[in-house]
Amino acid sequence: MSDLTQLTLKGALEGLSAGTFSSHELTEAFVAAIEAANPALNAYVLATPEKALAAAKASDARRAKGEAGPLEGAPLGIKDLFCTEGVRTTAGSKILGSFVPPYESTVTANLWRDGAVMLGKLNMDEFAMGSSNETSYFGPVANPWRAKNSNQTLTPGGSSGGSASAVAADLCLAATASDTGGSIRQPAAFTGTVGIKPTYGRCSRFGMVAFASSLDQAGPIAKTVEDAALMLTSMASHDAKDSTSLDIEIPDFASFVGASVKGMKIGVPEDYRIDGLPAEIAKLWDEGVAWLKAAGCEIKSVRLPHTRYALPAYYIIAPAEASSNLARYDGMRFGLREDGGSLSEVYEASRASGFGPEVKRRILIGAYVLSAGYYDAYYVRALKVRRRIAEDFTQAFADVDAILTPTTPSAAFPVGEKQSDPVAMYLNDIFTVTTNLAGLPGLSLPGGVDQRGLPLGLQLIGRPLEEGRLFSLASVMEKASDFRPRPERWW
Amino acid sequence: MAIDAATVRKVAKLARIAESEDRLAGLAQELTGIMTWIEQLNEVDIDGVAPLTSVVERPLPMRDDVVTDGGRQADVLSNAPKADKGFFVVPKVVE
Repeated sequence: MSDLTQLTLKGALEGLSAGTFSSHELTEAFVAAIEAANPALNAYVLATPEKALAAAKASDARRAKGEAGPLEGAPLGIKDLFCTEGVRTTAGSKILGSFVPPYESTVTANLWRDGAVMLGKLNMDEFAMGSSNETSYFGPVANPWRAKNSNQTLTPGGSSGGSASAVAADLCLAATASDTGGSIRQPAAFTGTVGIKPTYGRCSRFGMVAFASSLDQAGPIAKTVEDAALMLTSMASHDAKDSTSLDIEIPDFASFVGASVKGMKIGVPEDYRIDGLPAEIAKLWDEGVAWLKAAGCEIKSVRLPHTRYALPAYYIIAPAEASSNLARYDGMRFGLREDGGSLSEVYEASRASGFGPEVKRRILIGAYVLSAGYYDAYYVRALKVRRRIAEDFTQAFADVDAILTPTTPSAAFPVGEKQSDPVAMYLNDIFTVTTNLAGLPGLSLPGGVDQRGLPLGLQLIGRPLEEGRLFSLASVMEKASDFRPRPERWW
Repeated sequence: MAIDAATVRKVAKLARIAESEDRLAGLAQELTGIMTWIEQLNEVDIDGVAPLTSVVERPLPMRDDVVTDGGRQADVLSNAPKADKGFFVVPKVVE
């Protein structure tokens, strides 16, 4: 039998359904692949082979009884910020280093309800704060992609670096991820995978370790557009345990894949043509426009004039929310506790030792912009700019049905390259962060490779709740690009 | 806006993160760099704009005020750094 790990989620589900192989056989193949690859890639911070094989066996039994769910028997990877009952969950942080949740996140519970099998927990930037997976307490993740004729290790992006690397390297059929400023889409672009951040409120945040609650949203990273649609259909739900989760019907997102996009109006925002945008990325963007035109879309120029202010506004709002959310790590009820004299000294020592440098930096910025005398000048101003950014999109979507942009301003960069310059690292999210601030769905798909052979991504942005349209457009582009990304195996 | 070491000391105290004196100058420089980059927000015309605190344009849902979960003392304490007789054990607060 050919290598089962190279199947798409859709292909694997068909094989399972036809009885070509069992979930146990499929899961065994992934367990072996993880064992062989993880020392080099560091995509998993915790593999759970015994639980996975037991779950696969149970899945095979359900299928035999005719009780197969939509994702029955599919082995998946789970980003380590989704709480998994009885399985260590760390969010990539030392402060949660031995935390074992006594409950399950709603997103993962939905996947298990639909029959999926968990292979383990995936590496990530600490508390999802980072764009390279280098802030993880468990060390950086390697991108399975390398430039042609080079053995330099590249980052897979972040914060969902483990998710992206694992999907690209065939270490799971698909993975859960989360996106606060670009953490699904930027790693998807860097690894030749498909990622979607749905509309804010589509997926429940219950049981997700919080970073910035008004921006955080779960979504999948997968090998194809259709696979991402299958994953999102299971992950999304209304949940009384998250008051911001939307009480609306969840469509079968896969039904939008392959649908005609004829007559749709696509906006191309000139404000995203920033100084220093590499020519190869500008060229790919033009190609994307051509693919949609050929499929019968009408292309229109749109203005999003406040784009350039999105990142600075984000770096006030996200740290402000983080400084509040991360106040819970006090060493009293869970997580790391360092010994000290007074109660205050124990708090301060535990947090000093438990948080890494980037997390501390953001907590300090958050505490600063919320402190007396600066709250209006920084925090309230950023919230007003946030409305300006949302208004830009409202105006643009009066004229167009979706917007096409590059996902990132560069291809994957080497480990260590941007670590010393926080602002340079933040600029990775320049094209993705706007949709978080406005709550809109954004999908990244691979469009092609640059001259060095590294994948580049294109981003589709939609109106609220129009993920289905994004899946239709993305599947047309996926077909037109004729790009089936697969890194050359070196690990 | 330049952030000095004294401000970092104060903010670190507010955030309950111990920072050693020899780290303060370096942190002040890093934070100054980030905050200087953020200053460009002052260019945006925000006159008459209301702050956007939530992108969900609907009121928060109401629910019946009833107990939906509970009786899970062992679960609640299962990750406690220190617990005794069903309680969290914390450093002495009152002398």
